[in-house]
Formats: sequence, structure tokens, C-alpha cells
Amino acid sequence: MEELFLSRNFKIENGHTLPVYESGGGYQRLKKALNMDSATIIDEVKKSNLRGRGGAGFPTGVKWGFMPKESELPKYLTVNADEGEPGTFKDRYIMELDPHLLIEGCIITAWTLGLRYGYIYVRGELQFAIRRLEAAIKEAYAKGYLGQKIQGKDFDFDLYVHPSGGAYICGEETGMIEGLEGKPGQPRMKPPFPAVVGAFNAPTLVNNVETIAAIPWIIERGGEWWASMGIEKNGGPKLYGLSGHIKKPGVYEAPSGVSVRELLEDYGGGMLDGSDLKGYIPGGSSCRVMLPDTLDALMGFESMREAGSSLGTGCITFMDHTTCMVRIAGRLAHFYHHESCGQCTPCREGSGWATKVLDQIENGNGRMEDLDLLLDICDNIEGNTICALGDSISIPVRSYVELFTQEFEDHIRRKGCPFPAWSLRSSASTRAEAVAGAE
Amino acid sequence: MALAFSEESEAKFNELVSRYPNTRAALLPALFLAQEEFGWISVEVMDYLAERLELPPSQVLTTATFYTMYNKQPVGKCHVQVCTTLSCAFRGGYELLERFEDRLGIKRGESTPDGNWTLTEVECLASCGSAPMFQLTDSKGNMEYFEDLDSEEKFETVVKELESRLPNLPDPRDMH
Ligand SMILES: Cc1cc2nc3c(=O)[nH]c(=O)nc-3n(C[C@H](O)[C@H](O)[C@H](O)COP(=O)(O)O)c2cc1C
Ligand code: FES
Repeated sequence: MEELFLSRNFKIENGHTLPVYESGGGYQRLKKALNMDSATIIDEVKKSNLRGRGGAGFPTGVKWGFMPKESELPKYLTVNADEGEPGTFKDRYIMELDPHLLIEGCIITAWTLGLRYGYIYVRGELQFAIRRLEAAIKEAYAKGYLGQKIQGKDFDFDLYVHPSGGAYICGEETGMIEGLEGKPGQPRMKPPFPAVVGAFNAPTLVNNVETIAAIPWIIERGGEWWASMGIEKNGGPKLYGLSGHIKKPGVYEAPSGVSVRELLEDYGGGMLDGSDLKGYIPGGSSCRVMLPDTLDALMGFESMREAGSSLGTGCITFMDHTTCMVRIAGRLAHFYHHESCGQCTPCREGSGWATKVLDQIENGNGRMEDLDLLLDICDNIEGNTICALGDSISIPVRSYVELFTQEFEDHIRRKGCPFPAWSLRSSASTRAEAVAGAE
Repeated sequence: MALAFSEESEAKFNELVSRYPNTRAALLPALFLAQEEFGWISVEVMDYLAERLELPPSQVLTTATFYTMYNKQPVGKCHVQVCTTLSCAFRGGYELLERFEDRLGIKRGESTPDGNWTLTEVECLASCGSAPMFQLTDSKGNMEYFEDLDSEEKFETVVKELESRLPNLPDPRDMH
């Protein structure tokens, strides 16, 4: 893309500071928004086709429309910056390299929906992002962009950073709210949805970092303009984190609806030398794995569903021919087992059971009936839990079993893994030798 | 000896509490502050926070034990946390973990007897594009990412750098 929006300041010196941000037009969008009324702004956001960037893809304008206008309690904004879905690394860059873009988005959102307090819920490991955000918030207070009577309007808004304590489940929106309230991050039953009963029992908006970072641009140039950089129902540029066996891993900005092939070849530099693509995960490890014959699928919520998976966070993990899919499925099941909050039996027990069965197959002790057993465990988790973490185990595990059945059966027949031990452990330099040695 | 925040932490603590409509919500940041000051989160530290936030001790306990970043046992001055989730595993995450095991003479999950190092295997740290990587948390509460560590040479440089920091770091076991 020629002009960058979400990553505009990433490579600019001191792009994270207020003077540099303002010199690029920063906080002019806030001033513009303060002269627009709530309904007009919500309408622009609806027109923009902006979809939630946290993974579920809910239309942002519609979600905003659910926020009650009147409330006895002060209403809250909570920005989901828990970024923990394996393979996902995009929000961190916005917070570290362009914190004011997020902050300006927060203030405009609060103005639009009458929110009194905001918390950016950042995973605790991202201390650098937390420090950058806190410094930027301080700058914004000093300039009168935050606090009371913002820019002379009858508008008060305070914004804070809340560090999480290390728990993937706090990325789930109600787990996050529990964490904000100082409790273990055990998700709540919905309904009521956070828009009705959220943080501190008050109406609460939950949006992802990248979602909120889009708002200043939509205000500046309009919803239709944002929508034009995308495909049907999926508007605007987005950040794609590319990782795995590729030449140039990293975060890239491209329009919605770019194809996986373009991302891999034009942005990611293609597969590593000597690597053939075997599969990829389109948007974080809870998505179904995909085969190379789907490379022309477009990165949109509907198009990815049609192609057999989901867009998720839009951060893609590419895997080459040396990757053992049984080992991958086991490694992922292990992750979700570790991160299960323990409330729901199907998730807590099912994740551990699936991990054991997968490890058994990988280690040469599998039985043919284990494949049906795995699918059965998945059936019993899916849809039977309070939050979607349960589905995050069953959906990917099922996909590895279904798409790579042959490979699972090979493990069972040979009583062991046919892939070399280095295939899931070597760095780029040592694997080059290993690949050569294997041929 | 009864625990008490230093003057500086006391000011931070009061500022933290002022951010929320109730004291319980300040618990996560307050636990970080306490870990910075007292080295680790013992039952004594939990009780102190319960008293300061006017919460039942059980509420502090359930929260402190739910989240992984609060050390319920002392860790080394340098807590090395190597990511081995998929994207890192593909680029040498396990190799990096094994390099640390060899270099420090301990296994993952262990600490060196001199109290200098703890080595932990962790899950995705949102740094998948710069794998393999690890996060360092030192006993002053500072965290830092070390990324793209795909060779013996880069590994050695980083370890030497960390070794040079050890003399200036307090031993968490002695912090309260
Ligand atoms: C297990 C689980 C983990 C999640 N982790 C995150 C996360 O780290 N960041 C995030 O923004 N959304 C995450 N979500 C999605 C949130 O629940 C929620 O949909 C999102 O924050 C809403 O914001 P958006 O509409 O702007 O996408 C997670 C959901 C589940 C079920
Ligand atoms: S997989 Fe290691 S940082 Fe994401």
C-alpha cells in the first residue's frame, strides 16, 4: 500500500510522541469529531464497514449502536489489548509505536457514546507498551485532550492503563472485565452483554486496539472512504502479522480483502529457501488450519469462512513441509489446556484429554480409534462452554485430524513420528543445514 | 517485621487506587507494585495488600494465584522466559530454551542455587514476527524482550549483557 494509516508512524522517528503525532494531523480528528453529533459519527462508522479486529469481526458501528444512551452509572470504555492468541502480534505495535492514535480513537469513541472512563487492558508482559501508553496519556492530559471539559466542551473523560497479570483468558471480553475488577479472569455468562452490564455493573463498550485505532481516520476522511479500501462488508486497511517459515516475518498494513498469496509473496517474501508450504493458520491458532490450495482466498470474514476457516485476528502463521501436524495439534491443545480458566468441565477436562491423546499418537502409542475419540472429545466441548475458549480447542484440533488424517494414521501405523526431531525446534540458520541433510 | 511500602511506592499505590471506582479493581496493578518492592508474592505480601485495599485475604489469594506473572515463590534476579509456542518453535524457540539450559546448567522450570537465574518456558508473547525470543523480568520489576535470537553468537552476546547486570540486582529472596 502506498499511503499507510494504521502503521503510518511506525517508522517515523519519535512517532510515539505528541509533537510528532500532532505534526501529522493528530488530534485534529478529535477536534472535528467534537463538532459532530453522536448519531452522525455512529453512521460514519457503520458506513466504514469496520469490523472488530479482536477476532470475532463484529461490525463496530452496530456494536456502538447497542450502547444505551442513558445510564444511571457512568459508562465505561474498555480497550482489549490482551493480545494473547498464538501467532498474533499487531496491537502491540500500535501501542508501542503510535500510542496517540489509539488514545485519540479512545477519546472520540468516548465522546460519541458518552463514556466517562476508559481502561486500556494491556497484557502485563507488554511493559514497554504500557510505559509508552502511560507517557502518551500524560502528554494528552497536559494538552487538555483528556480530563475535564475537554477542548472547552461539556465532556469529561479519563483514560487509564490497566496491566493484566498473565492469563490468556482475559482476552475474552468478560474475562477481561473480571480482570479489570481485580478478580480471576473467569468469563461471565452472556446475556447480559457488556453493553448492558459490563465493568462495575455499568454499560461497557469492549473494542480491540486496532478497531479503536481506525476511528480517527474514519472521522478524518469519512466512512465511505474507509470502506473503499476493502471488499464487501469488510472495510479499511488492517495490520497483518506474518510469521512462521517465511523469509520476512513481520507486521504489514494492507487493505481488507488482500489475498493470502499476496501477503505471503509480496509482503512476507515467500517461503524460506527449501521450504514448501504445507499449511497455514489464517488468524491465530484457534482458527482451522488451511491447505495451500486455498492461497487465493481473500482476507475477509465471509471469504475466509467460505474458504474453510476464519479471518480471526488476520495474523497468519505459515508452516512448511517439515512440520508434523500431529505435533502442532498437540502443542496447541497443550496451550489451550494450560489457559483454560477451569470453570467449565468440557473445556477443562476435554483440553487435557485431547492433549494426552495427541501426545500419545505423536509418541508412537496411538491407536486407530483415537482419531474418532479426538473428534468425539471435540464434539463434547463445542458449544458446551460459557465462553469460546472451548471452541478454540475443538475447532483447530478437529481441522488437523480432518485435513491430515493420513499423517495421523502414519504415526499410528509406524508407532512414531515420521518427521525429524529438528523440524519443530531449529532456527533459520540450523534448519538450513538440517533441510539440506535430509535431502 | 511488618511489611510497608516505601514512600515512593506508597505514592504510586495511592495513585493506582484513585483510578478505579473500588479498591478491588486496583489489585492487579497493586500486586505488580508489591512484587517490585518485596521481590515476590508471599502470603505475607498478600495479607498486607488485603489490609491496604480493605479486602478479605481470600480475594487477594484467589487473584494472585490465578495469574501467572505473580511469583508465589522467589525467582532468580534474572527471570528468563522463553516462548516455545508455534511461531517461535518454527524459528528455534526450543533450541533457544536448550541453549539456556546448557549455559545455566538448569532445566526449564528451575532456578540456579545462587539465586541469579530462573528459566521458564512460556506461551506466545506477541512477538511471533521476531522469533525466537525471550522475555527478561529482573528483580527490580523491569521487563524486556530480546528478539531474533537465531544464532549462538547473538545468544552469547545477550547472556554476557545480562551477566553484567547481575551485580546491580537485588536477590528476591532477601527482599522481604
Ligand atoms: C478465548 C478468547 C480470547 C480472546 N482474546 C482476545 C484478545 O487477546 N484481544 C482481543 O481484542 N480480543 C480477544 N478476544 C475477543 C473478545 O472477546 C472480543 O470479541 C473483542 O475484544 C471485541 O472487540 P472488537 O469487536 O473490536 O473485535 C478473545 C475471545 C476469546 C473467546
Ligand atoms: S509464538 Fe512466540 S511470541 Fe508468538
